[in-house]
Amino acid sequence: MMYSYYPGCTLKTKAQDLERFALISAQVLGIELAEQQDWQCCGAVYPLAEDEIAGKLSAVRSLAAAHSKGEKLITLCAACHHVIKRVNADMYSNEFVRKRVNNYLQLPKNYNGEAKVLHYLELLRDDVGFSKLAEQVRMPLTGRKIGAYYGCLLLRPSNVMNFDDAENPSILEDFITALGATAVKYPFRTECCGGYLTVNDQEANEMAANIINSAIGLEVEEILTACPLCKYNLEKELGTNTKVRIVYFTELLAEALAIK
Amino acid sequence: MPRIGAFVCWCGTNIAGTVDIEQVVQAVSEMSGIVYVKDYQYMCSEVGQNLVKTAIKEWQLERVIIASCSPRMHENTFRKAAKAAGLNPYLVEVANIREHCSWVHKNKEEATKKAIALIRAAVAKASLNTELIAKEIDVENRALVIGGGIAGIQTALDIAEAGYQVDVIEKSPSIGGKMAQIDKTFPTLDCSACILTPKMVDVASHPNINLYTYSEIESVNGFVGNFEVTIKQKARSVNLEKCTGCGICTEKCPSRKSKSEFDEGLRTRGAIYTPFPQAVPNVPVIDREHCLKFNTGKCGICEKLCPAGAIEFGQEDVLVTKKYGAVVVATGFDIIDLDKFGEYQYQNHPDVLTSLEFERLTNAAGPTAGKFIRPSNNKRPEKVVFIQCVGSRDVSSRGKSYCSKICCMYTAKQAMLIKDKYPDIEVYVFYIDVRTPGKNFDEFQRRAVEEYGVNYIKGMVGKIFPAGDKLIVHGVDSFTGDTLKIEADMVVLAAAAQAKPDAEVLGRKLAISTDTNNFFTEAHPKLRPVETHSAGIYLAGACQGPKDIPETVAQAGAAAAKVIGLLSKRKLVSNPCVSVVNEDLCNGCLSCLKICPYDAIAAKELATNNHGITSKRIVAKVNEALCQGCGGCTVACRPGAIDLKGFTNKQITAEVDALCH
Repeated sequence: MMYSYYPGCTLKTKAQDLERFALISAQVLGIELAEQQDWQCCGAVYPLAEDEIAGKLSAVRSLAAAHSKGEKLITLCAACHHVIKRVNADMYSNEFVRKRVNNYLQLPKNYNGEAKVLHYLELLRDDVGFSKLAEQVRMPLTGRKIGAYYGCLLLRPSNVMNFDDAENPSILEDFITALGATAVKYPFRTECCGGYLTVNDQEANEMAANIINSAIGLEVEEILTACPLCKYNLEKELGTNTKVRIVYFTELLAEALAIK
Repeated sequence: MPRIGAFVCWCGTNIAGTVDIEQVVQAVSEMSGIVYVKDYQYMCSEVGQNLVKTAIKEWQLERVIIASCSPRMHENTFRKAAKAAGLNPYLVEVANIREHCSWVHKNKEEATKKAIALIRAAVAKASLNTELIAKEIDVENRALVIGGGIAGIQTALDIAEAGYQVDVIEKSPSIGGKMAQIDKTFPTLDCSACILTPKMVDVASHPNINLYTYSEIESVNGFVGNFEVTIKQKARSVNLEKCTGCGICTEKCPSRKSKSEFDEGLRTRGAIYTPFPQAVPNVPVIDREHCLKFNTGKCGICEKLCPAGAIEFGQEDVLVTKKYGAVVVATGFDIIDLDKFGEYQYQNHPDVLTSLEFERLTNAAGPTAGKFIRPSNNKRPEKVVFIQCVGSRDVSSRGKSYCSKICCMYTAKQAMLIKDKYPDIEVYVFYIDVRTPGKNFDEFQRRAVEEYGVNYIKGMVGKIFPAGDKLIVHGVDSFTGDTLKIEADMVVLAAAAQAKPDAEVLGRKLAISTDTNNFFTEAHPKLRPVETHSAGIYLAGACQGPKDIPETVAQAGAAAAKVIGLLSKRKLVSNPCVSVVNEDLCNGCLSCLKICPYDAIAAKELATNNHGITSKRIVAKVNEALCQGCGGCTVACRPGAIDLKGFTNKQITAEVDALCH
């Protein structure tokens, strides 16, 4: 299957592993990801101001490009996914945003939120299927105790993201199980890591600490994440502690597919 | 042209505020056929009615137009007045210039124009009205009560006491409903079972009451006074007459995997089981899904052990059809499923309970024999947190927008019960508002705070984090703005009350309506609270909306009074506005038969003699006793052979013509 693929800046710099393993795994799974030409930074933060459209333009360019090719748009970074998915919802249902953005961009054809945005995990779950994925696993991660860490960006707001049950999600656990490992559900798996606050707010570090301690408390050996910022915050809090390791979900995917 | 009199009502300012009455009177007086016009402030008052009666006599009126509120409100009032003045009541026509006009418009000029048009249509129709004679129909002397909870029990007892036969249908194996599951009742803290079980026994032993437990409504036909109901008695697999209720079978059943519905899944039961010791009837039922005999063919231990030979594996569902004069719906409520409330960890942690599970846990006859212990480790909890409004007053898609009404009181009760037995346990209640209207209710809740020291916190809980053997409850105190972390051992969720999942299906069978939340709709929220829009069908208890026990019992009594009033009439006056077939025009296609929702149309063979040659053909025939006058058949009839008396095709066309004039 052919998909348009939006990587985002972080994947080209700090989070190269997240992308590298995703791309080689996709090849094995028969997923064709064509990186979009001339993609631009998604803006990193979804603009909450209702009359702010500048921060939404780049997402719309990518969405419209994917739509004109008739392809679904695949994202990988949780932050990019969050921005693009929410902007798409605005373009679909918010008349004010739709009109202003189209007026400004003057695309060959007006864009009205028709494209479908899928996170790489949704692609695995909905288009590939976790049971099909399990069949492709060549080196099952048997015996490894892995705790999924969701963060906020993929799940909320749940009525827009439509990713999973925001309070009691299961997609990452199902993914871990498909790879043959043991999924451990720990209480803080959907709590915020502190996000950008950790840069200058010491209290926010406590949030990352809660997550790590909650996972270690249930003997989790690896914490799985799909978000570069979450990984950064958790690793920063972890410091030299080696009780637990923070990994991108794509790394474990590649490992289970025996191509790492 | 008949002599027509028109009466224009002001309805105080309800109509006169938006419609220029003087102009209306002027316009009406110029309409053809009108010989008399009168306006009055309140036409429905005694004075107003006398105006109508006097005018009918003095002006020899042959038709009467009442321009007032909806005919649903006062058509009957004016029909009676006309009858008293010697005019056939069906010669009265109501023009609705309130609900259809003054209430929905602001512009006086346009509303006045519309009022005149509506009256013109009524005049056109009335000129074609004919005298109709209502017939009398018999009333079946028996009532049906659907649901065997406290609402159904009370209704049945009240009707039976008045000397009428009552059948009670209960879906589950025993009557008793939710009240049987409850430990103590507010605001007096008397034991629920102690006040309920005598009533259950009364129902079982009353000579006028007939119980159908483990039964459901299959279909409902007929109409007020003459309902024909088919009841499905599900196969119990135990003979009701032979069984002595000794209980050997339920003790020895080797299948122990099913969760007890009565104990809210807090303990298991056998595949053959009696829901609870005081069940009525005290006869077990076999849950065929979990019975080894039904699944593997092996076992049959209950059959071998039963001293009465009452086990009958071969039983099948039985359909019984009976006639009833009145029906009371008392199907009760459920609490919502908490699947969508992941933050409270209900699915993940055994010490997070619903309020109904808590009732079983503190009940002396419950799974722990009344010992208050944590389901996870059988130890006594030290801190208990109650969370109110779980899914109530919640406008998001996962909750219910309404207040469940009973939770504030039962939470106060549950908190007090803990503190009464174990004063050292710390109890917290998170609430949005405390709503305790009701006799002695507010005093009751205050006792929980003032005498028992229950910690009431105005605020919501964001999330619960299980940590070791504790549940860390993260909440907010909205008075101080502080975020709180309470290390609790047990959390009790006051889950919202909701309509039964099959309420809508039952409503369709009975042709009664449900609201947006699937609770049954009363005919009038203030003045007809126990009636439905279908004559002869009444409501009792929480199936109409969340209710506590005192209110449910009061409503049950009211529904019973309505039923007794209906059954005490030997005859009912039927609606003469029924369909009639013009056999000369009918071509026998029987489209009307297919569309009729009341099975009131049948095929009839007609022999015609055409110059000595006899031929036979099929025509439609209307059963006037069954016809409800909906008019569906008149629209379906292609040759236009069916007319609805009082609403003939000619009359409707005349109305439309007059409106478009």
